[in-house]
Amino acid sequence: MPETSGLQVTDLRFAYPGDAFRLHVPKLEIAAGRTLALAGPSGAGKSTLVRLLTGLLTPASGQVRLGDSQVDALSLEQRRAFRLRHVGLVFQDFALLDYLTVVENIMLPHQFKGGAEAAVRTRAQGLAEHLQISQYLDKRVSLLSQGERQRVAVARALAHEPRFIFADEPTASLDPSRGRIVVDLMIDDARRRGACLVMVTHDPNLLPMFDQTVRMEEFLNA
Amino acid sequence: MSAAFQLAARYVLRHRFQSALLAGALGLVFTLPLCLRVLIDHAQRELRARAASTPQIVGTRGSALDLMMTALYFKRENLAALPFGTVAELRQKPGAAAIPLHVRFVAQGAPIVGTELDYFAFRGLRVAAGRQIVRLGDCVVGANLARERQLQPGGHVFSTPELAFDMAGVYPLKMRVTGVLAPTGTPDDDAIFVDLKTSWLIEGRSHGHDDLKADPKVILAREGHNVVGNAAVRMFNEVTDANIASFHFHGDLATYPISAVILLPENAKAEALLAGQFARSKDKQLIRPQDEMEELLARLVRLEGFAASALLLTAMAALFVTALVFALSFRLRRREFQTLEDVGVSHRSLVTVKVLEISFIGLAAVGIGLLLLFAASLAAPHLLRMAL
Repeated sequence: MPETSGLQVTDLRFAYPGDAFRLHVPKLEIAAGRTLALAGPSGAGKSTLVRLLTGLLTPASGQVRLGDSQVDALSLEQRRAFRLRHVGLVFQDFALLDYLTVVENIMLPHQFKGGAEAAVRTRAQGLAEHLQISQYLDKRVSLLSQGERQRVAVARALAHEPRFIFADEPTASLDPSRGRIVVDLMIDDARRRGACLVMVTHDPNLLPMFDQTVRMEEFLNA
Repeated sequence: MSAAFQLAARYVLRHRFQSALLAGALGLVFTLPLCLRVLIDHAQRELRARAASTPQIVGTRGSALDLMMTALYFKRENLAALPFGTVAELRQKPGAAAIPLHVRFVAQGAPIVGTELDYFAFRGLRVAAGRQIVRLGDCVVGANLARERQLQPGGHVFSTPELAFDMAGVYPLKMRVTGVLAPTGTPDDDAIFVDLKTSWLIEGRSHGHDDLKADPKVILAREGHNVVGNAAVRMFNEVTDANIASFHFHGDLATYPISAVILLPENAKAEALLAGQFARSKDKQLIRPQDEMEELLARLVRLEGFAASALLLTAMAALFVTALVFALSFRLRRREFQTLEDVGVSHRSLVTVKVLEISFIGLAAVGIGLLLLFAASLAAPHLLRMAL
């Protein structure tokens, strides 16, 4: 994979208005097919950095490049289109639509992205099996437990084969064995497809599984 | 099918109770003025047709509206009775036929209309089952009434006493149903028709009883040729072939009461002459139902205007409330739409989802509205019957 297909951050600065919080990332690079763990205490800016990298927040200065696209320079609509096509996101609160079934939630990004459905559906079913939620495919997510919902969110982030996967504590609601299954799956998927994986985690046991680990304290109030 | 369409459809279908409630409320509010229009149109058509088919009515002086409602719709309004002799007087006048009506009693809630056979010819009433009235105590019933009360030729129907405790002893009359009329879609379908004399019989002006001379125990006094019976004399409450000969009327029939007389002038000149003659009468009036009905409808149209304005205001308020409901609903679902934006769904797709959801509810409301309109048009004749 060429280097340009990875993630590059250069001199990224961000601050919330009226808040002492200051984030400065001088340089951060992740090659395609590589994985990165973001570690650090609560309030250290892990989620903020993920939102900056995915274009959900706009930096005060600096550059975020995902593949050939400079995300921070894109308009809001362009960022949305970019996320839909190339980014898989697992949110801390799962961000599922309660009135949809498991399979409908998993297929949601693909449906708005468009394209052949059969392959994505097969992949969604495979992911659901791997994540042990295949028995719930036609069940509404509002009826699932927190752990099951979290795994649905993971499946949704991976189903449309994004080039960049960002996961904000995707194992927080899972027991250690299921958490490891989820992390294994995400890392394997990223490596196999040459995608970049950035995962926020509090669990020190998971850190050795990643190619790189960044401690957020390095970037805080610098 | 686009993703926006699928998402909107799923939201509406999976919140079907709330969606149906909203669509139902919208459909109801926006269709009510139209339903009112349908009902009023039907009522106006029917009322005008009935009035137009009745050229002139003669009654005692008083409320023209009461007289019209009595003669056309058999309402038992508080009309002073007209002497039956009026009919003979009218028949002596050139250029008009006269049909008497006596509307005072009811049977099972249906008006009993005492009249003559001319009435059936005038209204085009045809006996669909059985035969016409042939003697005292017979009746023919309207099609609706026969169906609803399961009356058929050979059956019986009792007149309802005006008072529960009638010390004068005017008992209910057991009338023989000889025929059922074909349906006409008019108030005639809901009435019981009897001969005028039968209506007087119900009123107690005629009666039949056993021969007093045959049983000395029932004689109270003898006054010359008159024989006065005591309370043991049994009054018949049914006219049969065996006792019909014993029924008799006391006094002068010309003084017997009727409610109204329908006049059928031969031409416009006769109509104008008759109207002129009654214009000067102090105790009688002649009305032209068509004119009275137009006056009544003009009042109703004014009332309808008020009602329509009120309903229009309600509909506008409902529109604002609906807009508010959707705005609040979308506000409550802000997190859901934020999720879609975060996933990468375009602003345009999100707007499409919202517009489609509103459209689905709107379409359902239109469907419900059309059903209501259809129901209103079906129910209009029944509602008019109930209202009259």
